[in-house]
Amino acid sequence: MATTSKGMERARQRDQVSQARLFRLVNRVRELGLLVVLLLIILFVGIQAPRFLSIDNFEQILLSIAILVIVAVGETLVVLTRNVDLSVGSMVGVIAFVTAYFFKQLPDINLLLGILLGCTLGLVLGMVNGLIVSFGRVPAIVATLGTLYAYRALVFIFAANTTTQVNASDVPAGYLALATTQIFGIPSLILIAAAIAIIVGYFLHASQTGRQLYAVGSNPEAANIIGLRRDWLVFAAFAASGLLCGLAGVLWGARFATVDATDATGLELAVIAAVVVGGVNIFGGSGTILGAVLGAIVLGTLQNALNILNVSQFWLQALYGAAILGAVVLDAFITRWVQRTILSRRKKA
Amino acid sequence: MKRLTSPLISWEALLVILLLISIVIGGVLSPYFLSGFNFNALTSNTMEIAIMALPMTLIIIAGEIDLSVGSVLGLASVVLGLLWESGHPMWLAIGVALLVGLVAGCFNGLLVTKLALPSLVVTIGTLALYRGLAFVVLGDQAVSDFPTSFTNLGFGSIPGTEIPWSFLIFAILVVIFGVVLHLSRWGRQIYAMGNNKEAARFSGINVSRVKLMLFMLSGVIAALAGVIFTARLSSARPDNALGYELYVVTVVLLGGVNIFGGRGSLLGVALAIFIVAIVQNVLGLKNISGDIQSLAIGLLLILSVLGPNIARRIQGVIARRRLVAGSSQQM
Repeated sequence: MATTSKGMERARQRDQVSQARLFRLVNRVRELGLLVVLLLIILFVGIQAPRFLSIDNFEQILLSIAILVIVAVGETLVVLTRNVDLSVGSMVGVIAFVTAYFFKQLPDINLLLGILLGCTLGLVLGMVNGLIVSFGRVPAIVATLGTLYAYRALVFIFAANTTTQVNASDVPAGYLALATTQIFGIPSLILIAAAIAIIVGYFLHASQTGRQLYAVGSNPEAANIIGLRRDWLVFAAFAASGLLCGLAGVLWGARFATVDATDATGLELAVIAAVVVGGVNIFGGSGTILGAVLGAIVLGTLQNALNILNVSQFWLQALYGAAILGAVVLDAFITRWVQRTILSRRKKA
Repeated sequence: MKRLTSPLISWEALLVILLLISIVIGGVLSPYFLSGFNFNALTSNTMEIAIMALPMTLIIIAGEIDLSVGSVLGLASVVLGLLWESGHPMWLAIGVALLVGLVAGCFNGLLVTKLALPSLVVTIGTLALYRGLAFVVLGDQAVSDFPTSFTNLGFGSIPGTEIPWSFLIFAILVVIFGVVLHLSRWGRQIYAMGNNKEAARFSGINVSRVKLMLFMLSGVIAALAGVIFTARLSSARPDNALGYELYVVTVVLLGGVNIFGGRGSLLGVALAIFIVAIVQNVLGLKNISGDIQSLAIGLLLILSVLGPNIARRIQGVIARRRLVAGSSQQM
């Protein structure tokens, strides 16, 4: 009796290992699939409009998604823990406006001080989200839907008491240069986004805390039992998302130069679309920064293609929606296939 | 057993007290607050939200959520406007708009039930998709030359009273939904699903079918709200009711419905609707801008979940202390 149950236990463990291996394989294949989709889009649009294929246009695409990538990296951290941050658009909006206004009022101030202000503000807003979710036990969707509107209202209130719009001519050239400087011929915005993605990607892959984020998302109860501080990890993920939104907001102000209270409205949809299309599981526990970056590149390429093919930009939002739905439907089918494969393997054994 | 039901009763009692307080504050702050005209303005402003909150209550009790309602409203409004502008009769335009809502809700429901996808993600996707389609259909234009007989539905009130037509529609619907949720077998099934989906399935409830019907219902009602909204503003625009999902979810949760499903009542939601309506109305009467209003609503949403959570924790701590005190006395 004991031997059979031990044997079953061993078989179960073997199943779990093979399941994990299969999932990892599928994730690799999924990222490859995304690359194939990207190439197909490039090929299709390239045939229709050759100027789509120029290096210049490629740089344009990367430039257009740089800020999206920074926000999507933060969102990935949150989604990995089986939560979601809907307030990112409002956080970017708050920080873009406040930072631009700060530079308008104090044009001679050190650039780093403004950046620090934006990042700190983002960190604080993210920490508020994290407090409400992990210690207040409010579901992330409710908490961040609430702060989406609350933070946006803060920008409007701030704008109503100061100025309705900050123009490019109001802020020091040094601030604008943050987005336009070229290093080795590559715009700094792209380099900053790439650096953030690589640093956070490496941290997630290699550090203990990074792995713990995956553990919390794939099985919150188990993570608690083995002694991970779940509340703190979720809190940290939201705080990191806020911090990255802070940086993104600073860069937003520098890039668009003219900023008002409605800036970055609806950005959360593009960010979630990028993350979900990139194969980060909305139930938490699996997904990579590389995937999210690829997702953002696919969306950016599609937007650029609409432009080049003279399709109305009104299609963009519908496209984001369709991309989110397409990605989750695809993932549902993949998960089913994996489970069915494991089941049939078990039957054979 | 008494322990289990008492917090719910006290939540509704709390809402009644909140409602009375807000009425008193409103009356003190503004002499116009208690006028019949203001009652008309206050109700007609919020009836779309109130109507959409009814199916949302059922959906959240069943353990799901529908974030696409504001976008369905916008899409239905645009379809209505486009058909009217191209010379179709009004009844047909309204009929097709409602049908669009039904199809949109059905699509949500099929994705949730057939593919077992989380409604949260599905309806975030369709929130973007339906709103996007509304923009695709009408661009940045607006249709505004509607006949008076139609706009009366939004502007006008029942002859001889200050009660707007939309309030009558809401009153009829709230009775129907109340009977369905609290007195019918269907209602018991919805609670059962929200409490324990697996147990509900094993006890013979067709969970998928009930959920599909709930999402279709939500779609149709959102489209109906779209018709009323279009009539009230006499304008069909693709950005109609942008962000209304916040208000709808807020009133439902403030009404004491548990976000994880299984608990809540329509009475609580009806009370919450009027509390939110009065808060907005008073802020409006005091000339406080819409932005601060959305700050208030956002905070209300968080507090309506955070408040009970904290109360429960404090209750737990007190209960534990009593238990400890009791056992030490026995020693």
